Amino acid sequence: MSFINYAAREINCKIVYYGPGLCGKTTNLQYVYARTNPDLKGKMISLATETERTLFFDFLPLALGEIRGFKARFHLYTVPGQVFYDASRKLILKGVDGAVFVADSQEERMEANIESLENLQTNLIEHGLELGKIPWVMQYNKRDLPNVTPIEEMRRQLNPTGVPEFEACATTGEGVFETLKATAKGVLSDLRKVGA
Amino acid sequence: MSESQFVMHEGDFLAIQKVIDPLLKNARARGVFVVDRVGQLIRQTGEMSNLDTTSLASLTAGCVAATGGLAQLLGEEEFPTHVHQGERDSLHMTLVGGRGILVVVFDQRSSLGLVRLRARKASTQLATIFEAIKKKCEAEGPGNGKTFADISDDEIDNLFSD
Ligand SMILES: Nc1nc2c(ncn2[C@@H]2O[C@H](COP(=O)(O)OP(=O)(O)O)[C@@H](O)[C@H]2O)c(=O)[nH]1
Ligand SMILES: [Mg+2]
Repeated sequence: MSFINYAAREINCKIVYYGPGLCGKTTNLQYVYARTNPDLKGKMISLATETERTLFFDFLPLALGEIRGFKARFHLYTVPGQVFYDASRKLILKGVDGAVFVADSQEERMEANIESLENLQTNLIEHGLELGKIPWVMQYNKRDLPNVTPIEEMRRQLNPTGVPEFEACATTGEGVFETLKATAKGVLSDLRKVGA
Repeated sequence: MSESQFVMHEGDFLAIQKVIDPLLKNARARGVFVVDRVGQLIRQTGEMSNLDTTSLASLTAGCVAATGGLAQLLGEEEFPTHVHQGERDSLHMTLVGGRGILVVVFDQRSSLGLVRLRARKASTQLATIFEAIKKKCEAEGPGNGKTFADISDDEIDNLFSD
């Protein structure tokens, strides 16, 4: 749930990047970090193993401007993708306001995408949330690779309800900010519903 | 939404400040921080103004979440206090109700015993404040004429026009 601070005039929101291992979640955050004005970002934290695989989470605080005289601050988190880190993934979803599902477009990762999306649904339910009830966005990442599943097929399998979707190549940054902005928009629009 | 919006006004922050300022002094601490369990800094006091408090808040929440997971594995509900002792500085964390975390940073000018004693009382006081804020948020309910209830798509789009 977003945290609205009337004293500092800030809205703080939490966005979680979810998806199977090695789909490009950390790369998304690294690109955002590299391309953001230093005044608008805090330090990026990566709790990772020696081989740079996410162990617990990556964290990037961002300021995206002002709305109604309130600074809109977004805290971006990634989860560790490997199946055995499920306990950690669950913890990171606490208080989530919006989600990005990063799908790996490579043909051989389709099953992993489906499994991870189902895992997201299951873990949200443990927090009393539902994928259909929080703003979320689908990113089809790694579109630069040769062996990708056609978009129509990915959509059919992963995005039957038609949430906003973006093709991306996180290593070059294509689609990265589009994805983030759509998610942030969804989160802010949601403030109307809950009427803060 | 599983939990109601968390909205805090000036008065709420002042109430918290009235607990942590004396705690800082009585515990002879270097810094006192109140963090929410989602990872946002709520309030701080002390001499540590150069610290990256955004990172502190996020990592504290992560740490508490991870040890809470461990507690549940062992059949404990939670570990209500956590201590990390360093060579120079040490960290004392206390859970405050279901919502907050009280973090005290101290060095050799103080002691774990003193910090523990003072933090216990302060966390009870903070729990009462958090409970009152929660009740207020729930009572206000969604949407009645508050700041963001009627933001337009244009206003949201403006945020991203660069
Ligand atoms: N070709 C290609 N490689 C990518 C893309 N996005 C990420 N990668 C690579 O995939 C690997 C795993 O990325 P990482 O962000 O660590 O995945 P995570 O496990 O989801 O955090 C890294 O070697 C990235 O450079 C992409 O769009 N295209
Ligand atoms: Mg990662």
